[in-house]
This record gives sequence, C-alpha cells and structure tokens, in this order.
Amino acid sequence: MTTTHPAPDVADSSDTPDGGTIADSTMWTSRLRRAWMSKLPPEKLLPDRQPAYVASWIYVFGVLTLAAFLVVIVTGLVLAFAGPAWYHTSWLGHFTNSLHFWSVQLFFVFMVIHLWGKFWMAAWRGRRAMTWITGVVAFLASIGTAFTGYLVQTNFDSQWISFEAKDGLNAVGIGAFFNVTDLGQMLLLHACLLPLVVGVIAVWHVLLVRLRGVVPPIDAVDPADRADVRTDLLAARPDDTPVPEARP
Amino acid sequence: MDHTYQLAGMNDPATYLDLGWLSISVANLVVILVMIVIFLLAILLPFPKDRDHS
Repeated sequence: MTTTHPAPDVADSSDTPDGGTIADSTMWTSRLRRAWMSKLPPEKLLPDRQPAYVASWIYVFGVLTLAAFLVVIVTGLVLAFAGPAWYHTSWLGHFTNSLHFWSVQLFFVFMVIHLWGKFWMAAWRGRRAMTWITGVVAFLASIGTAFTGYLVQTNFDSQWISFEAKDGLNAVGIGAFFNVTDLGQMLLLHACLLPLVVGVIAVWHVLLVRLRGVVPPIDAVDPADRADVRTDLLAARPDDTPVPEARP
Repeated sequence: MDHTYQLAGMNDPATYLDLGWLSISVANLVVILVMIVIFLLAILLPFPKDRDHS
C-alpha cells in the first residue's frame, strides 16, 4: 500500500525520506525506529510463510504454549477481580477456577513437549543461544508462578502445600527471603510480579525466534545460510565464482 | 465426603508407586507417559499439506 504524506510547508523540513529533517534523524526515537526496522521489519515479525521444515507437528507446541498462557492470564484476571468468595461458592466461579487450573496443566504439558523437541534438535544452533536461555528462564519462572498459585487457593490443600514447602525451602537455606505461609505475599507474587516476569520473558523469547528464525532440523540448511538466498553474499561474489549448490 | 460425582477424588490422598529408589504418584506418572506419547505422535504423524502450494 502506498502512503502519501502532505507536502511540508517549509522547504528544508523534508530532508529525509519520511518527511523529517536531518536533525530529526539523529534523535534517539528515529535511530531506535531505524534499528528496529532493519532488524525486525513487519514482514519478518509476522511472516506469511515459514520454511518447509516447519510443516511438522513438533513445531506447533510453542504456539500452543502461548495459547494456553493466554487462557491462564484471562481466567486469572477474572479470578483476581471476582475474588475467592466468588470462585469458591458459585458454579461459574468453580468453572473459571477449573479453567485456570487446567489451562496451567496444558501450558506445562505443551511447554515440556516444546522443550523436548527443541532439545533434541539442538535449537541453540545458529546464534540462537539467547532464545534457548530465555526459554529456560521462562520455564523456571513458570514453575514459581504455578507454585505460588497452589499456595493461594485459600483451601486446606494450599495450607498443606505451604507448610510442606516451608520446611523444604528452609532446609535448602532460602526460607529467609520469602515466607510461603504468608498468603498476602504469595498472592502478590502470583498475581502481579511472576506473571509479569513470565510474560516479558515470553515476549522476548518470541521476538528472538522471529529475529533468528525457526531453527531448522539438524540435517537441513538454515535458509539464512543458503547462498542462493543470501543476496548480500551474491553481490559480493566475483562473477566467475560458481554459486554453491544448497544441500537438500 | 461423597465423590461419586467426580472423576477422581481430589481431596483424597494420591496413590503412590514405590519402585525401589523411585517413588511417584500414579497421576504424575500418567501425565509423564501421556506427554511422551504426544511427543512421539508429534514426530511420527504427518503434517497436513498446504493444498494451494502442494
């Protein structure tokens, strides 16, 4: 789609292609926008197509994890606004509570299968180490979020779990930093801090996947490394040098 | 408490398997086995082809 801009009133106010001045182009907003657009343009951020090797069921578990996480967040918001007096006593509250619980179970099932798939295809290859690391951190943060969720059920189950966990955490020497029997503290961690941590790391993880691309199988060629699609390499190549065949 | 309306008694103690050094609840074992089955199916089952570009 072609976008037209109104003609500037002052002649020297359109020194840059986007209608700004040269002074504008040195501002941090302009530099940040250019850096973002060069690294992650919209067609790379939300691509229409994926490489052929992505046509496998093992590649769907990342987005299934995100879908389950979305249900967890939405049902968690409903529970937070309505409160335990609602979700312990009404049928709709029980249903929403169950949705929250079972979407967490699916979230972990999908995430663990995603983890297994990525482990066996060594998904940290091709400058994807940080993608792997953010996935690990998101997994660990999710465990903490789920654990504090068990502690804030406000029933005998949560009471039992908190007192068992208290002894376990004290035994490993970290019991002084937080009190798992403090309902208010655990509720704030579960409903405010930890979901934010998981959400921010998940967004970072997805952006890194978009930036580096989906990892290819071990015996496949990463499209980013193929000479026939690396126009920058072709441009720098002498005319008499044959283009190497891409491996099948 | 009457649990006849439930698939499983969530308020009852879990059933544990004690296999030497390994002690695991039946519920956790079932979840792990189901995950392994889904993982294997995800690798083995063919993915639907794109009809427009097959």
